Amino acid sequence: MKRIEAVNDFVIKFANVNGSGSASANELFAKAILRMGVPVSPRNIFPSNIQGLPTWYEARVCEKGYEGRRGGVDMMVAMNPQTWDTDMAEIAPGGYLFYDSSRPIPPDRFPEGVHVLGVPLTEIANATYSDTRQRQLFKNIIYVGALSVLLDVEAEVFERLFAEQYRGKERLLDSNVQALHLGRDYVKQHLAAPLGIRVRRADKVGERIFVDGNSAAALGCLYGGATVAAWYPITPSSSVPEAFQKYCEKYRTDPATGQHRFAIVQAEDELASIGVAIGAGWNGARAFTATSGPGISLMAEFLGLAYFAEIPVTVIDVQRGGPSTGMPTRTQQSDLMACAYASHGDTKHVLLLPEDPFECFEFAAAALDLADRLQTPVFVMSDLDIGMNQRLCKPFEWDDSRRYDRGKVMTAEELEAGRDFGRYKDVDGDGIPWRTLPGTHASKGAYFTRGTTRDPYARYSERGPDYLYNMERLLRKFRSAAGLVPQPVTRQAAQPTRFGVIYFGSTSPAMREALDELEAEGVHLDALRLRAFPFPQCVPEFIAAHEKVFVVEQNRDAQMHSMLVNELDVDPSRMVRVLHYDGTPITARFIAGAIRKNMVWHREYA
Amino acid sequence: MTYIAKPRLHHPTLKTNKVGYTRRDYEGRVSTLCAGCGHDSISAAIIQACWELDIEPHRVAKLSGIGCSSKTPDYFLGASHGFNTVHGRMPSVLTGANLANRSLLYLGVSGDGDSASIGLGQFANAMRRGVRMAYIVENNGVYGLTKGQFSATADQGSKSKKGVINSDSPVDLVGIALQLGATYVARSFSGDKEQLVPLIKGAMSHGGAAFIDVISPCVTFNNHGGSTKSYDYVRQHNEAVSRIDFITPGNEITAEYAPGELIEVNNHDGSMLRLRKLHADYDATDRYAALSYMNQRAALGEVVTGLLYIDPLATDLHCALNTSAAPLASMGPEQLCPGSAALQKINAALR
Repeated sequence: MKRIEAVNDFVIKFANVNGSGSASANELFAKAILRMGVPVSPRNIFPSNIQGLPTWYEARVCEKGYEGRRGGVDMMVAMNPQTWDTDMAEIAPGGYLFYDSSRPIPPDRFPEGVHVLGVPLTEIANATYSDTRQRQLFKNIIYVGALSVLLDVEAEVFERLFAEQYRGKERLLDSNVQALHLGRDYVKQHLAAPLGIRVRRADKVGERIFVDGNSAAALGCLYGGATVAAWYPITPSSSVPEAFQKYCEKYRTDPATGQHRFAIVQAEDELASIGVAIGAGWNGARAFTATSGPGISLMAEFLGLAYFAEIPVTVIDVQRGGPSTGMPTRTQQSDLMACAYASHGDTKHVLLLPEDPFECFEFAAAALDLADRLQTPVFVMSDLDIGMNQRLCKPFEWDDSRRYDRGKVMTAEELEAGRDFGRYKDVDGDGIPWRTLPGTHASKGAYFTRGTTRDPYARYSERGPDYLYNMERLLRKFRSAAGLVPQPVTRQAAQPTRFGVIYFGSTSPAMREALDELEAEGVHLDALRLRAFPFPQCVPEFIAAHEKVFVVEQNRDAQMHSMLVNELDVDPSRMVRVLHYDGTPITARFIAGAIRKNMVWHREYA
Repeated sequence: MTYIAKPRLHHPTLKTNKVGYTRRDYEGRVSTLCAGCGHDSISAAIIQACWELDIEPHRVAKLSGIGCSSKTPDYFLGASHGFNTVHGRMPSVLTGANLANRSLLYLGVSGDGDSASIGLGQFANAMRRGVRMAYIVENNGVYGLTKGQFSATADQGSKSKKGVINSDSPVDLVGIALQLGATYVARSFSGDKEQLVPLIKGAMSHGGAAFIDVISPCVTFNNHGGSTKSYDYVRQHNEAVSRIDFITPGNEITAEYAPGELIEVNNHDGSMLRLRKLHADYDATDRYAALSYMNQRAALGEVVTGLLYIDPLATDLHCALNTSAAPLASMGPEQLCPGSAALQKINAALR
């Protein structure tokens, strides 16, 4: 029988039951591989459920450092009888099945061509522990222990991780180490180890950190100086404000008074969430809300107000599968247009497109600066794949000399000196007006903020010329934004090529892998990673420089493609859509396959 | 729409208050509401109250939703920042503004459509949260700007100017405010300035969520016979449970009252509310009794007005969140950013 042989390059998938405590055991497993110096990128595939439904944890071990989802499963850890048959079907020929052999399973339920490894996990756990909950939790650690021998992961690595996790809780530390060794000892005595797939110590992790995008975005808000956050619980964004709360309690509590330098409100809905954030932004605080697609739909009216009345606000949109309630626990990049053009009338909003947790941190902090600078809503377009999965990324950086860019806020001294204040007047030519904060000056600088039309001095006006002045200025401001947002990152092909590819966000790791793969086959593409909307001048230049440009995105309707055509007036016929939208993260296999297919067509018919 | 600039000339004999402002300094632009609109009387009462309270106009932030009532903040306190938000959502914007800068006073102005129809949820939740503000609903039971449709406070069975009968039962914002935890709840009538001005002063000086429902007849669409929000109806059925005097520190009013008639409420800023009870059986410090009393009287067709409930020890959302005394909006990286050393430690914990 064929046996998959692969060192530091395999996919292992854990099939678990939601709420069984498997998540922390699986994370422990992934962290141990990282400590072996081997990159791993895990993904939670979980249901919209609290307890009982199936959940999976798919970890890709890859020394080359590709963090995109690969597709295919080399080893299945089948801990959920409910999904047994579908799990079996996923295992690649020559792959491995690890299961709990406490209860006999009829031979015809095992797939052919797969190496079966049974460990009586329940039996071992029941013989060792009397408490039901303990039996369940330690069963998870026992399988991690068993796997560690099968995959050749050092026991000391786990012991060190336990020691760090349970510092000061010696009893927990001891019992976890014990459970780990129960699993290890059984495998050593009963099974042949290691397997054809295994981990070998390497040095490919380096200084990188292992973190989820939502925690990173929360940390970006902390460092970027957000003081007011309002939110309504929604998957997959809830952990952004929850992490913000946790970080704030630690880093923003006055040591002398115990008082908080932050205010977080769990509002009654997304309308109130964005309302609170806008109110705080109007009044000079840095504020944000975090939400997902359905929340964006609800916030639309307020976003139009913030655009038109020019109020800074940051929105972290952790995208999930739409439309409607859609696939709440699956990933997509399908809120692009809903955010870019949110609200009725002519509106355009600034979007930042992070590729990983590092950029979630960077862009969250940048969004707070940009919102103040541009006096408008700024979106950080994360998604479930980045937001709710731990990813290996560059360590966070902060320059202590960095100041917050509070934008054009007129001071009491300037007003007192007689400086002319027209709230909606373009005095600098960049379309960005000056603002004053409430309470600044006793007799100067007050104005009435409204969503209705107004003249440059904020006086209500329905005169056509006043309206046009304002709308044209807003466009000018949007053009200014293109130069302030994070600029695209390009990668040149090994040799000059007529082909290009545009991508963004969580597609990044799969794209990198696909480009390497294609390049190895002699298919050369220049690549441009968009990092923000509006598009800077280099984007139309990139498109113009190539005969054919693939636009890779994770939605059905090619939203980014539409935005490129719409905003840049580029010829749509030279753009090829590459669309992945089944809710799973896009893979290199998919991208390379789609591009390859089109290239064949191009060679044969073009 | 035309705008006539109000002449800024002050009569030399105009009285100034303790902070050096005349009453005219609290005015805004010329109102564009219909002549005789109750809302303009409320604006006048707000101007009077702020002047008497010696509030510096720029230390007030005035926020509103959408509708006739929500336009009024343009017509008073011209030196204050104002924010005409979106329909029914003023409470959330005010909440955010308040969280950003607790050193200002917050005045929320809304209407019955804005707070009881489209904005009922935000109204209710702002009361629950105890956002420190004076929240005034200018209640006329009708949509004026869209020409006379019913709002959620319109009485069941009442007839619109176009002849439509309202079959929905009315929302009582006072009842909701009492149930959901507002700590200062009053009802008044736009035509009763003597009652309204001290009520607004009390609300502006209150330490938590203060709500005043002001019945404000719509002269154009809801001032006809059969409307319970017409001038005639309210004048005939107004039943005041109390009269309040607002006493600023060091400005004691020493009037004589019969024993047992008086409740004195001390505010956090040293001011005092002196409540003259007009109904012997009414207790303004008992939330549930207030609710029950109001409902009993409503069944008799009476509109109970005055300060209906007050919690003198009220606290607010900042207190619940334990926010720092300095406004959050005033803080920079020194107060907010943990710095690179802390970040390195965070990084280390993520390896």
